[in-house]
Amino acid sequence: MGIAFSFAAVIALIVLAFIGVKGLNLHFLFGAIVPYAAFLAFIGGFVYKVVKWGRSPVPFRIPTTGGQGYSFPWIKQNKLDSPPTTIWVIGRMLLEVLVFRSLFRNTKSDLNHGKLVYGSEKLLWLFGLIFHWSFLIVLIRHFRFFMVNVPLPIKIMEALDSFFQVGVPLVYITDLTLILGVTYLFIRRVIMPQIRFISIPADYFPLLLIFAIGATGILMRYFLRVDIVGVKQVSMGLVYLQPIAPGSVGVIFYIHLFLVSVLFAYFPFSKLMHLGGVFMSPTRNLANNSRMVRHINPWNYPVHVHTYDEYENDFREKMKQAGLPVEKE
Amino acid sequence: MAKIPKPEQLSKIDLKPKKHWSQFPIDIRPGMYCHGAKAKDMKVLELPNARDWSPAEEDWKLPEDWKQTVLDGIKERLEKYRSFHIFMDVCVRCGACADKCHFFLGSGDSRNMPVVRAEILRSVYRYYFTPGGKIFGKYAGARELTVDVLKEWWYYFFQCTECRRCSLFCPYGIDQAEITIIGRELMNLIGLNIGWITGPAANCYMKGNHLGLEPHTIKSSIEFFVDDIKDITGVKIEPTFNRKGAEILFVTPSGDLFADPGTYTAMGYLMLFHELDLDYTWSTYASEGGNFGFFTSMEMAKRLNSKIYAEAKRLGVKWIIGGECGHMWRVLHQYMDTFNGPADFLEQPVSPITGTRFENAKSTKMVHVVEFTADLIKNGKLKLDPSRNDDLIVTYHDSCNPARGMGFFEEPRYVLKSVCNHFHEMPEDTIREQTFCCGSGSGLNASEDMELRMRGGFPRANAVKHVHDKHGVNMLANICAIDRATLPPLMDYWVPGVKVAGTHELVANALIMKGEKERETNLRAEPLPGKGGE
Repeated sequence: MGIAFSFAAVIALIVLAFIGVKGLNLHFLFGAIVPYAAFLAFIGGFVYKVVKWGRSPVPFRIPTTGGQGYSFPWIKQNKLDSPPTTIWVIGRMLLEVLVFRSLFRNTKSDLNHGKLVYGSEKLLWLFGLIFHWSFLIVLIRHFRFFMVNVPLPIKIMEALDSFFQVGVPLVYITDLTLILGVTYLFIRRVIMPQIRFISIPADYFPLLLIFAIGATGILMRYFLRVDIVGVKQVSMGLVYLQPIAPGSVGVIFYIHLFLVSVLFAYFPFSKLMHLGGVFMSPTRNLANNSRMVRHINPWNYPVHVHTYDEYENDFREKMKQAGLPVEKE
Repeated sequence: MAKIPKPEQLSKIDLKPKKHWSQFPIDIRPGMYCHGAKAKDMKVLELPNARDWSPAEEDWKLPEDWKQTVLDGIKERLEKYRSFHIFMDVCVRCGACADKCHFFLGSGDSRNMPVVRAEILRSVYRYYFTPGGKIFGKYAGARELTVDVLKEWWYYFFQCTECRRCSLFCPYGIDQAEITIIGRELMNLIGLNIGWITGPAANCYMKGNHLGLEPHTIKSSIEFFVDDIKDITGVKIEPTFNRKGAEILFVTPSGDLFADPGTYTAMGYLMLFHELDLDYTWSTYASEGGNFGFFTSMEMAKRLNSKIYAEAKRLGVKWIIGGECGHMWRVLHQYMDTFNGPADFLEQPVSPITGTRFENAKSTKMVHVVEFTADLIKNGKLKLDPSRNDDLIVTYHDSCNPARGMGFFEEPRYVLKSVCNHFHEMPEDTIREQTFCCGSGSGLNASEDMELRMRGGFPRANAVKHVHDKHGVNMLANICAIDRATLPPLMDYWVPGVKVAGTHELVANALIMKGEKERETNLRAEPLPGKGGE
């Protein structure tokens, strides 16, 4: 369910931008108004969501412990998986966010003649990592379009990214790995029954959208060759709040920009918010020190309890007969 | 009671679903669920909509405004729990959790994939609480809350043992235990708990323990153990109850006072503490370490848990030792201090035998008995003869909660290896942080849901079978009272020939006590290795 729907949605977006720009000459709409609106929706939506999460308190300290906790000096701790202090929590989080450590644990279960066997399953981790890092590098590389002088770190990144010195213009490795990653994530979702039958349109749509963004970007850079000076004028115009939308830049650029805008606008209202959520997940970002340091629940309230006095009232005679001490004779 | 299929039939499980989870009809099948909560227990606990009801009937006797109550309940919990709020929003359905759940591995039921068990609630969240769900409906994976959805929730939130194995593998740490806990809270707002939880919780509330043992019965049960210990060891033990001024309060699950093989663990505590001449007392008021309130709502967990500190204060003890139990220790480790602390009327625990300060318990002032014993052994304070356990080839089952809610792995292994000569680990994908649940935790250890339990326990049993076949393992040691109640039938079903023991039973077997006679039998009155019988 949802593959066709999501595919149709992405095609519709492409057609919409094509008709809007090519047919109706709505360059300003697609080159300025939509990107601004999308950017505002992204920032506003992202902040709104994170603030909303942040306003929900963390009433209990509930880290999922994945290794030996703090105990005796003679018992070796696993400080990363059972972090005793904030420093180690930061370490755990960094590994989680930067290298997807939990996903690295992934296993695959199979049932062979009544025997359960567990194998290593690192493909999701590997391609997930490739996809996310490629996406990040591609995104950062795009900052060259938003700055008058391209900063050195970005130049270095570009140089490394085109390390193999293939093609004219030079092929960026991450352009290819982004497509590779997103393709793997899509294909596994379609062919693996355990994944396919948990998927909903909201899973296929972002993958297809990102694929289309990557594909239009690649087309633009390597094949259809848009007017790069014009592109930079558009992007600089956006940054300096003096938007221009020249018709001289090819329609493929407007399609690319429109799809990026849709992704940005869609982001805060979708599962893509895992980008923000991963930092705030209470099973990962808390220390395993609950017996050492008291955690405060801001909404802790008094509850109705059955007191010892009530208990003794219920059982006083029986307790006395059994020789158990009582408060009131 | 529903008939349980034979193991050969039950182990034919298809782990590859053939259609989308939402296309499978809900089949509330006997053997897979527990009886509904009883009116009398719900009244004791002041739970809403107290009435007798049966999940087998069409009409669950819901309150008229059940839907609004549930939706308000969701809203309230989104605002109270960041965990719940984030877990509702960020799942990408990557599927890493799908085959990590023992209930999925034992049933092949799509809705037992943690992602789907969450999705059945998340879909309703989207429909009522997110713009995408409101606008795009089913295309955003949103659906309306109906009676059928409610029944689906009930059925599957009571097919989760809150073991957290999924959360270990989730890239965002989404914890189905947390979602189940909140799902069950929602169920409880409209009176949809199960009898096996409200019964023990009501007992615990009024009588101090799940089994409903009254004060004199607790005393007589323990005196019965004392007699057995005298017969086996020749040593006369005189435990005290509700004694003011004792240094230590000891709290353990009441299950160990009641049924084998937990009773042998309780005897183990008695023998160990006697040998140390420990200044401790049992309590009849705080006579339960476990907490079936935790399977009802956080509020109920707090209400039941409150007795431990209240009793420690009343008796004027300095600190507390807690017995072997799984979910009990999750509550004690991650919740108690927050619920009912600060325990500023207690002192930081120091072992009177070794002088060790328990730094890791300096705020709660509550020490795990296995920590306590590990420290004794490390400091050479116990005389042990592990050869008394030589007829046992032991493996160790990590309970879910001490594993993934505490990081408690090495202490029990150290103790077991000190008291047993034959110890083998199960495969690494099935122990420590990756341990599999017994299949009956979180209040599902009833008798009417035996098929569910055998299915849920299948991965655990499968791993035991592996070491049973390979090393001849015949004893499954653990540190959990629910394990001691639920693993024996699981072993009988899947791996006959493997018995179950608490760690302190094996400690007590090996413990050489002052003034003891030549022991002929172990605590189970079975001949010791080399003593007759063999």
